[in-house]
Amino acid sequence: MTDITPVMEGIDESLAVKRPGFEVIYEWVTTVDHKKIGLMYISYALIFLVIGGFEALLMRIQLAVPNNHFVSPQVFNRLFTMHGTTMVFFMGMPMLFGFANYLVPLMIGARDMAFPRLNAFSFWISAFGGLLLYFSYFGGSGLYGAGSAPDVGWFAYAPLTAKAFSPGHSTDYWTLAVFLSGIGSIGTALNVVTTIICMRCKGMKMTRLPLLVWLYLVMCSMVFIAVGPLTAAQIMLTLDRYVGSHFFDTQAGGSAVLWMHYFWIFGHPEVYILVLPAFAFVNEIVPVFSRKAIFGYPAMVAASIAIGFISLSVWAHHMFTVGLGPAGNTFFVFATMVISVPTGIKIFNWLATIWGGSIHFAVPMMFCVGFLFQFLIAGLTGIMLSAAPFDWQLSASYFVVAHFHYVLVGAIVFALFGAFYYWYPKVTGRMMSETLGKWHFWLFLIGFHLTFDFMHVPGLLGMPRRIYTYEAGRGWEMWNLIVSIGAIFQVAGIAFFVFNLVRSYFCGKIAGHDPWDAWTLEWATSSPPPSYNFAIEPAVHSRRPLWDIKHPEDPDSDYE
Amino acid sequence: MMNTARTIPFDAQAEQPWVLPNRGTVGMVCLIVAEAAIFMIFFVSYIFYLGKSLTGPYPAQVLELPIFGTVCLLSSSFTVHLAVSALRKSKLRNCTIGLAFTVLLGSLFLLGTAHEWYHLIRDDGLTIRTNLFGTTFYSLVGLHATHVLVGLIMLSIALAVSLGGRIKEAHTERLEVLSLYWHFVDAIWVAVFLVVYVLGR
Amino acid sequence: MTNPFRQIACISAFPLRSAACCVFLFGCTARAKSPTNIFHPAGTPAHSIFGLSMLVLSVTAIIFIIVGGLLLYALLRFRHRPEDPAREPAQIYGSNQIELSWTVIPILIVVMLFLTTTRVILSTEGIPKPAATLDVIVIGHQFWWEYRYPGLGVVTANELHVPISDPANPTPTYLKMSSADVTHSFWVPRLAGKMDVIPNRVNTMWIDPQEPDLYLGQCAQYCGTQHAKMLLRVYAQSPADFAAWINQQQKPANQDFTGNPVAAEGQTVFLQNACINCHTVAGTVATGRFGPDLSHLATRDTIASGSVQNTPENLKQWINDPSSMKPGALMPPMHLNDRDLTAITAYLTTLH
Repeated sequence: MTDITPVMEGIDESLAVKRPGFEVIYEWVTTVDHKKIGLMYISYALIFLVIGGFEALLMRIQLAVPNNHFVSPQVFNRLFTMHGTTMVFFMGMPMLFGFANYLVPLMIGARDMAFPRLNAFSFWISAFGGLLLYFSYFGGSGLYGAGSAPDVGWFAYAPLTAKAFSPGHSTDYWTLAVFLSGIGSIGTALNVVTTIICMRCKGMKMTRLPLLVWLYLVMCSMVFIAVGPLTAAQIMLTLDRYVGSHFFDTQAGGSAVLWMHYFWIFGHPEVYILVLPAFAFVNEIVPVFSRKAIFGYPAMVAASIAIGFISLSVWAHHMFTVGLGPAGNTFFVFATMVISVPTGIKIFNWLATIWGGSIHFAVPMMFCVGFLFQFLIAGLTGIMLSAAPFDWQLSASYFVVAHFHYVLVGAIVFALFGAFYYWYPKVTGRMMSETLGKWHFWLFLIGFHLTFDFMHVPGLLGMPRRIYTYEAGRGWEMWNLIVSIGAIFQVAGIAFFVFNLVRSYFCGKIAGHDPWDAWTLEWATSSPPPSYNFAIEPAVHSRRPLWDIKHPEDPDSDYE
Repeated sequence: MMNTARTIPFDAQAEQPWVLPNRGTVGMVCLIVAEAAIFMIFFVSYIFYLGKSLTGPYPAQVLELPIFGTVCLLSSSFTVHLAVSALRKSKLRNCTIGLAFTVLLGSLFLLGTAHEWYHLIRDDGLTIRTNLFGTTFYSLVGLHATHVLVGLIMLSIALAVSLGGRIKEAHTERLEVLSLYWHFVDAIWVAVFLVVYVLGR
Repeated sequence: MTNPFRQIACISAFPLRSAACCVFLFGCTARAKSPTNIFHPAGTPAHSIFGLSMLVLSVTAIIFIIVGGLLLYALLRFRHRPEDPAREPAQIYGSNQIELSWTVIPILIVVMLFLTTTRVILSTEGIPKPAATLDVIVIGHQFWWEYRYPGLGVVTANELHVPISDPANPTPTYLKMSSADVTHSFWVPRLAGKMDVIPNRVNTMWIDPQEPDLYLGQCAQYCGTQHAKMLLRVYAQSPADFAAWINQQQKPANQDFTGNPVAAEGQTVFLQNACINCHTVAGTVATGRFGPDLSHLATRDTIASGSVQNTPENLKQWINDPSSMKPGALMPPMHLNDRDLTAITAYLTTLH
């Protein structure tokens, strides 16, 4: 790792002076700096990762044996609703927006996001949404007008959410919290897209954007189109519940299926919104640790855009069992199978990137390797689900739960862990411990596979999802027990991770500005970056500006 | 090695001048796309539930073409465009006049809607909870009217700045961004007009 | 990590573990003694799905072996070794031919899978209804199933009886399904895929069990507190047995209490209590539709939608406090005194 990348030291403001606690808190609460907002998003998401994980642990204890009485059915139903809602809206979205906030301006050589105050507003409104959702636990029948936690499932099908079937306010907590999160998401997405289009440094044409930036561009564009339907549906649901309208009121001729359409028109692009940043991280980490440029950059961009577009047209594969008829089912089978083509292209390009490289198995790369295998498997179980008749058996069973956790945990969370280990040195100036990282990786890997590999089996044996208990004699007992044991390993892995995060902040090896010998612009400034990011606006001539500097005899700009 | 004078070499002569789109315009376009997605769902609900109300009143019975309101709103798009062009040429008085007319026409539109609703509720007995038509009609037209109201507030602020003599040619981009929003609101009205008042009856 | 063998072992550990898991799991599943195993079909729809699933599983398994194998190979072959030269490896930016090939081949696989899938969709959903079918109306409730046989004048709950279907001369059962409240889903894995049961909408599916047996399933769409105990029991019977069952169900409810004064008293108590607001007993003034039809309750093996055995003790406990057995069930505790409780239980056990 040569030290030839110029770094702006000495122009920096001094952070050595110890300031009173109140001043620090005030600075963070009122900040509009994208890096601080990004870190707030990420910390917030980490807290909800732990809370959501705890909810999952409670569910797994209840399901470890048949006819268990660890929690009541009412509590269990609230747990799975809160677990899903938390992990998607208050862990996944904030975490990914946090990384976008931190990295995108740095990677395009900008000073901040396009709309810093909107950035702060989006964060705080999303944060408030999460607090509102969890306040629902404390609102009991004693508190005037309040209700307990929602128990309608994270996709809140009508008419279960109608006032008649969900009295009290628990459903309204869900609606309002998710609505606020949606507003925050649209705000941040707007910011990211505008930043990418309007604030690139000189020479950074769209064809020279780092792939992470491209993927966030596609992901945020999808947010505009996908979050709207959910927002609209929630307005309609609230009108139904409070003003007596009939959008989803089946007694008045309304349609329960309409809610399903609206929700999944949001819900399916949403899961691609969650996975595209995972691809983004892998696109940055794998080349660096294979010491090779990403293979097929234009194809990767095209595939990402294709995935974005096609994902808007596949939603009713969540509704194959609703009785849409052969024509409807066939169309969505086709669209869903087609989306596997660009997704496969991405996997093959990653394979070609490592092919012929020199692979260093540092902790970020280990998590990316996990991602590659697990995302492959998740995609293949997705193909199984796309065959509608097969889905008539598998849908709403534990097979589907296993499939989507394979994507959400096996692909997205693994890629996130990789991203943490990779960019932590940039954010804090210190390296995370490799030893603790390896403990984290192996424990979590074992736990992940114990839980989610074996979870496919009860689904194949007829176990539906969202049941608080099950009868003995269905052949599900042993598998559920193994699945629950895996949860314990995952908890241990996360414990190592959190410990590593905290300990490395104080005791980690000093990182310098470019510990991984990487090639994108964020590594050209100090660790942590100064508040203005770059003292002089960079100018780039290729996709890997730092490669060009480190290899002046063979710059990328010769080949592009 | 600490090189505080240069980062990565930039050859000013060889590269084209680096011009990027305006932030406000791009941001507003993004917002418009997001809002369009929300409106789309309300349109879908309206179309889906056409003819499915279990009881009356029905669209053909109670809806009349809102010609006056439509003319007002579409003209206001024209006047706001005039205001923006005037500001671009530093004709500040014309800009003020354009903005004033826009606010006036927009307010007339809202009054027209209020008037229509008053009669629908009082005389025809149609509310949001009467039947599926009521539900989808009031929610769609109401959502649009809310957006008109927000636009009018923003335009009034611009008008106030203009009347106070503090508007400048440098503000053209911002006024243009606001006018983009207003054009969007108008475009939605065209869609509402066609779907609700023409096709739906 | 300098020991190459340890390196190779570590790198290969989890893809090989994944592969081993998959094979192991599939083997276990195929042979598992589960009454709800989707790989143990007992009716034509389930058989069609099974055939398609085998094809899809084979294709995906091959893809996994090839791609996973290549990944594993690449990770092993191109890992950095300390003795490697210090310079960076050759930077390869892409290749149009390779991109084309791995676009075209997946497209072909997709087309093949799509056509096969469409064929199965049409053969299950798109076929015309044969002449000799039994029509049953299924109504989903929170948290029980109502079955009506319109042509035969039979109404029952929670235990669906159908005749078996001879493949040479098929007599499938057509289910027309709707819901009285929220969305449910009818899923008996060994007979067919699931179909949602939605209010204000009628969905149709058909089953044709070929062996007489009891087929189990349960509601597969979250419908509220007791979604977990909304079980399905489908009794496929020989034509003779089915006819006998129908015959019994068509009779009005038992009114003969000779030698059983407690049961006679029980009928009086029943008809004077709020029971009649929710339940129907054919031939009496009890005509409630909110709860299951009790006319022939004693012919059923289970109560509480399959989750409790139908014994007098269980029945008594259920009537006394349904939530003690199925917390969140919509039947309220009836607050009967001991004498009334015993009497009603005795009465209900006579309803054959």
